[in-house]
Amino acid sequence: MSNPVKIKVENINFYYGKSHTLKNLSMDIFDKQVTAIIGPSGCGKSTFIRLFNRMNDLIPNTRFEGKIYLDGKNIYSPGVDIVDIRRRVGMVFQNPNPFPKSIFDNISYGLKVNGIKNRHTIEEKVVESLKKAAIWEEVKDRLQENALGLSGGQQQRLCIARCLAVEPEVILFDEPAASLDPISTKKIEELIEELKKDYTIVIVTHNMQQAARISQYTVFLYLGKLIEYATTNELFTVPKNKMTEDYLTGKFG
Amino acid sequence: MRKQVTQNLGFGLLFLCITTALFFLGTIIYFITVRGVRILSWDFLTEVPKEAMTAGGVAPAIMGTFYLTVGSIIIALPLGVACAIYLTEYSPRSFVVNIIRMSINNLAGVPSVVFGLFGLAVFVKLFGFGVSVFSGCCTLGILVLPQIISAAQEALLAVPQSYREASLALGATHWQTIRSTVLPTALPGIMTGAILSIGRVAGETAPILFTAATFYMRGFPKSIFSEVMALPYHIYALMTEGTHPEQQTQIAYGCALILLFLVLSISAAAIILRQRQRKGYE
Ligand SMILES: Nc1ncnc2c1ncn2[C@@H]1O[C@H](COP(=O)(O)OP(=O)(O)OP(=O)(O)O)[C@@H](O)[C@H]1O
Ligand SMILES: [Mg+2]
Repeated sequence: MSNPVKIKVENINFYYGKSHTLKNLSMDIFDKQVTAIIGPSGCGKSTFIRLFNRMNDLIPNTRFEGKIYLDGKNIYSPGVDIVDIRRRVGMVFQNPNPFPKSIFDNISYGLKVNGIKNRHTIEEKVVESLKKAAIWEEVKDRLQENALGLSGGQQQRLCIARCLAVEPEVILFDEPAASLDPISTKKIEELIEELKKDYTIVIVTHNMQQAARISQYTVFLYLGKLIEYATTNELFTVPKNKMTEDYLTGKFG
Repeated sequence: MRKQVTQNLGFGLLFLCITTALFFLGTIIYFITVRGVRILSWDFLTEVPKEAMTAGGVAPAIMGTFYLTVGSIIIALPLGVACAIYLTEYSPRSFVVNIIRMSINNLAGVPSVVFGLFGLAVFVKLFGFGVSVFSGCCTLGILVLPQIISAAQEALLAVPQSYREASLALGATHWQTIRSTVLPTALPGIMTGAILSIGRVAGETAPILFTAATFYMRGFPKSIFSEVMALPYHIYALMTEGTHPEQQTQIAYGCALILLFLVLSISAAAIILRQRQRKGYE
């Protein structure tokens, strides 16, 4: 465990109304590494990563306890600039959700809301982001077309490009390939492989081969509890917990 | 076999309903056109009324209705959209807000003559705007406000939550999200509400009866604080007053035809506008 800690999760609990969804989780997420979160449906994976960019703030009747540090600063302490946190911690959602705008406007959106006005800078950034997200070749001749006309896989890479444009430090992926075909999935995986050099990545996935392929660390959640957290290598070859082993071998989930 | 029969019966019934509706719509348009078209002429559209309403044109009434319609929408649309934004995007879903929502819905059911009296008491008398275009626009604006608020609220609620999340996740503020994502996406829906309101406003008589309309004017209103003639009120006056029912009825049908045309063309313009907007968002 050589890299510094990027995100430190300390004794967090999360409630939707009365239901206790995340139970006393603590873990460290390391800088410029891919951390995969696995676990059966409904165990709280999405809820968990949505805490890192304070997306759960939007859901009424929820309660959060505990601390999450980003570079040593608690993002839940009063007076913290939530907008700035969300810029630094980007997110790619399970279902591609491009804006109903042109491809160009989808990417420039994040730049504009963050106060970049210079047209030249914006154009440069748009091209750069599309290239990084490996979608430039497919869209370079149709930047003014509506993004909703792209295929699902293209839309998802566009969303990744949109996320990259605002230069986040951390990128959260919530099952980014769940609604995509195998070829698109492969492209997304290759892309993540590429991105991990520059970004800290947290990825939720249902697919255990996927977790094994792309991550350095894996955490297994079950019913809102952290069951096991280790390097991907260890967790998949010599799981310490019986439940992890059962899950990995497909005995439940 | 029985399934097939039931299905055919169902389709038949639906077909009957739609033809009935279309039949009435067609009859109205046909009837008004046939009766009204006889009197239509260039002079009828551009002249002021003459000889105690029995001759001349109805130009001031056309202009008046146009002013009142456009003016009231200019007042009601921004106000209504602002209210809807507050109610859907900002206010917590609390008891008080529910009461406000319910009140707005109930306001939509208040008879229009009551709005007329309200306008008289508040805009004409209390604020001292007098019987004027401005008072009429305010009264009509308030009349359609609930309708515009409800339509805008529905349009805003129909914007997928995933758009809001995407925007916020990029570091946009709440207001930036509303302005750059939520509103543009909801705009076609909001426009639909506005279009429906236009038809309502243009045809209303009761709210302008005491606040804006006058039976006779020699020219056009000089400012927004002058009285105006208006087509619906003019029709009403022609059919209930005066001494030459024969000529007056003809003129009334002419007015009705123009009113129909005016409402349809304002709606058409709005629909085209909406379609343009929509292109960018679908
Ligand atoms: N908005 C919400 N309101 C109430 N309960 C919720 C809400 N979102 C999720 N839950 C509940 O919280 C629990 C965890 O949900 P979450 O979406 O985090 O699971 P997940 O591990 O991401 O599942 P999946 O793999 O199916 O995406 C589930 O029991 C779910 O029903
Ligand atoms: Mg999930």
